[in-house]
Amino acid sequence: MPALATDTALHVRDLRKTYKDVLAVAGIDLEVRAGECFGLLGPNGAGKTTTIEICEGLTEPDSGEVELLGLRWSSNSAALRQRLGIQLQETQLSEKLTVVETLRLFRSFFRQGPGADEALRIVQLEEKRDARVGNLSGGQKQRLALACALVGDPDLLFLDEPTTGLDPQARRQLWDLIEEFKLAGRTILLTTHYMEEAERLCDRVAIMDHGKIISHGTPRELIASIGVEHVVEFSAGNATLDLARVSGMAGVRDVRSVNGTVLMQVTELHKAVPALLEELGRQGVPLTELRTHSASLEDVFVHLTGRHLRDE
Amino acid sequence: MNKATDHPLVQLTLMRMREFIREPEALFWALIFPIALAAGLGIAFRNQPPQVLKIAAVTPRIAEGLRQEKLLDVMQLPAALAEQSLRTGKVALLAEPGPDGTVVYRYDDTNPEGRSARMLADQAMQRSAGRQDPVSTSDNILREPGSRYIDFLIPGLIGMGIMGNSIWGLGFSIVDARRKKLMKRIVATPMPRSYYLLSFLLWRLILLPVEIGVPLAFGVLVFGVPIRGSFFALAGACLLASLAFSAGGLLLASRVRTIEAVSGLMNMTMVPMWILSGVFFSSQRFPDTVQPVIKALPLTAIIDALRANMLQGAGLAQMAPQAGVLAAWAAGCFVIALKLFRWR
Repeated sequence: MPALATDTALHVRDLRKTYKDVLAVAGIDLEVRAGECFGLLGPNGAGKTTTIEICEGLTEPDSGEVELLGLRWSSNSAALRQRLGIQLQETQLSEKLTVVETLRLFRSFFRQGPGADEALRIVQLEEKRDARVGNLSGGQKQRLALACALVGDPDLLFLDEPTTGLDPQARRQLWDLIEEFKLAGRTILLTTHYMEEAERLCDRVAIMDHGKIISHGTPRELIASIGVEHVVEFSAGNATLDLARVSGMAGVRDVRSVNGTVLMQVTELHKAVPALLEELGRQGVPLTELRTHSASLEDVFVHLTGRHLRDE
Repeated sequence: MNKATDHPLVQLTLMRMREFIREPEALFWALIFPIALAAGLGIAFRNQPPQVLKIAAVTPRIAEGLRQEKLLDVMQLPAALAEQSLRTGKVALLAEPGPDGTVVYRYDDTNPEGRSARMLADQAMQRSAGRQDPVSTSDNILREPGSRYIDFLIPGLIGMGIMGNSIWGLGFSIVDARRKKLMKRIVATPMPRSYYLLSFLLWRLILLPVEIGVPLAFGVLVFGVPIRGSFFALAGACLLASLAFSAGGLLLASRVRTIEAVSGLMNMTMVPMWILSGVFFSSQRFPDTVQPVIKALPLTAIIDALRANMLQGAGLAQMAPQAGVLAAWAAGCFVIALKLFRWR
């Protein structure tokens, strides 16, 4: 086993940051291991961006310690900048420049790394090489931003909401790219409020809410921690429903009503659904909607906070 | 890619150049507009040949006498019509016979044209009646480039152009990059921050010869505006002015996050100088008490220096006070801007 210092790419201890009277980060501990993809999952305003920007050395924390690749911002900032690849949320690159001009610009800031054309190949933007940035689609701009993060051949890659605002196809394309980075052995810290993204890309996930990490582990561990395998979602229109009777059914772990939809966490789907239909029939309540899915990180968040990730 | 163009400073300066060249509007306001303005004003205020004054005479004998003077256009009119022409300003003076063979001039003595007409008319009358001037005189007329309005205007427009391009060039680009978080993204790379600011300076210096050269060449070639002083002194003054206004633009943009806010600040800075610093008319027209303030403005300094150089042939020594004002503005604004500057 290598020593802890080389095994840990990012170490954060008791990080705190307050903006005026808003507590953005309320005491966070994190450890990202070399070679893993670590996700910060949480709703907007949970403090994810503040956390990642403190790690990137762009925001000064009120207190707490950050150690990246065994280095600290206070003493090694020049060396660190050479080794980090950063993609910020909502950066608009200069629209008048072409794709390859933008990459040459960013490449010139780093001592070593792939050339502009090599970076273009990695993010599959070769056919847009000489197009103006202003004429790119949202997904293409995002891939260019990724390429800009790669031109320094970084040891640690920070991706802040890499797929926010993209259509599903562009999102999947970006996921494929990030998966390739993982295969290439890069260490990645990404933030997202899409639970599918965290589930698909991340080896480990920390769920953030109100500036705190409320749970962390592998996606499997987190889902298993709520002790259910399936979720039944149904809606009974405007009819009044006796939820206590539903909660009492066999194999039902947790029942919540969120925005008029009832979420029922169950261990055995094949027993719970017939029982639910029977119970609704007994209460004379009509069923307007019924869905089931395997438990996901979304359900973990709902279980922990009583809210949906994207309700904010 | 070869080694020289791999340097971050080269790449950043190339970015400034591309952003400028690929924005047709920027090109228009920086280069075409000053020429259009100079052409328009040059034509509107061109020096006209000496005006011929229209006057009226009531009798043929008086008209005959007055026609001796070539600068008078004499119309012989019936008394009533002549009087009406005088009252409506169609003629500057009316000459009519008085009692006992005298001549009466009727004119408005508050009107310069009326007074000139009186002088010319009386001279013509006296000479035609046989007056001999005791001293014989002759005229040697001088219409020299350097004293026309266009000669006054071109240095003003050059100064105004340096100010506008420098302040806009830095102010707008910096706030736009901050607003789009491009500045934050670039600061998140290993690039030394000084390079970011230096690239603006380099780009200003590359553009400066064009900014000055275009209106200057236009003035010299089209209107024959003189450059009597040393060309190096002129270039040096423009360089100092560019530094002073660039530092000003940096200061104005040091903390602002929106284009609206920085536009307001830039207008608040530039509009008073357009008026006070003597771009279009001499700043001497303002009261003596505000003259020290006007002299301390950077736009006054560069315009005064340019006029002294181009029109009076002033050398470096005579331009020193203005150079001092510009250097002080450059240093002062730059130091304060660096203290205030917000990198995100």
